Amino acid sequence: MILHVPYFIAAWIFLWGLYGIVTSKNLVHQVICLAVLQTSTYVLLLAIGYKTGATAPVFADIPVGTPVVDPLVQALMLTDIVVEATVAALLLSMVVKANELANTVDPEELRILSG
Amino acid sequence: MSARTRTSVFLIAAAALACIFVDGLLDLPPLGDYRGPYGYVVTQVAVYERHATDIVNAINYDYRAFDTLGEEFILFASVVGVFLLFRPEEKSKKANHKGDDADFDGERLPVSDALRVSTEAIMGVMIVFGVYIATHGQLTPGGGFQGGVVLATTPILVYLAGDAMSFERITDSRLVKIAECAGAAGYGVIGICALLFGAHFLTNVVPLGTTGDLFSSGTIAIISATVGLEVTGGFVQLTRIVLREIVEQQLRGKS
Repeated sequence: MILHVPYFIAAWIFLWGLYGIVTSKNLVHQVICLAVLQTSTYVLLLAIGYKTGATAPVFADIPVGTPVVDPLVQALMLTDIVVEATVAALLLSMVVKANELANTVDPEELRILSG
Repeated sequence: MSARTRTSVFLIAAAALACIFVDGLLDLPPLGDYRGPYGYVVTQVAVYERHATDIVNAINYDYRAFDTLGEEFILFASVVGVFLLFRPEEKSKKANHKGDDADFDGERLPVSDALRVSTEAIMGVMIVFGVYIATHGQLTPGGGFQGGVVLATTPILVYLAGDAMSFERITDSRLVKIAECAGAAGYGVIGICALLFGAHFLTNVVPLGTTGDLFSSGTIAIISATVGLEVTGGFVQLTRIVLREIVEQQLRGKS
């Protein structure tokens, strides 16, 4: 049970991010909550790839065959970070546009769409 | 639906989701008991097969190179998306919102000497560090994505140091656009080059060199460098697009 704690932390971060998105009163805050939500995948991936007593998967200083953690999940995480950065950039620029058009960043007040 | 009802509906749903999470996560192998075969295999063979010592980058730029090609184009597409969102609008539309900025007459807050001196001192270090990270991805942790982001922060430092003119000159230069496009196209071109050698798309056909050398690991180092170009170009363009209006106002205020 105690060895499952990292996975629970991932779920915990995910749910808090979701809570922030649902209750947010500010679009910028909402984008940051999405970023928080996405960080839960880093915790989950790193926890899955971890091996007891293993080191980083870089053989610059250590001989091949030394136990290392799974490099695949780390590669996936890099993809995750890049996608998060691009999604945040796109969403934040949409927030700027929404503020220009509707003069508000409160998602509640964005109900009326106009062309 | 009022905010309160929505929150309570969410809390019920989140509690159910949390239960499913816990149930599912308890079936995962405990921390430290890694069971995937792929991680074992790739760490055993990658150094011999690809002469790269950083296995994460060997996966990113070789074993999973096709996925990273898609990842790079996600970045490219988002820069294009931000560019489209911020395209200059017609004057009539803009006039409605100019009222907000009426008190902003192009004067910027004074920049302290400490900020200016320290950003200027750190800039050279940042560029060298960024290039180092981007070109040593095959040996040590780093690579094109990480180095590119470090490099892209230098124009922001120029802007922070209060030099809007230099910021405009650096970010508006043709070089940035060429870097971005060359980075995006270069990845595909490297992949197609493999076809000319009769191999599959993105096969590592370049001589692998000596393990541990800067010029080793074949296409891994080359692709990492092109990705570095693309990321630098893309993020510099992003900062320019977002800061464009403020910078233009400052430049107008000065002249």
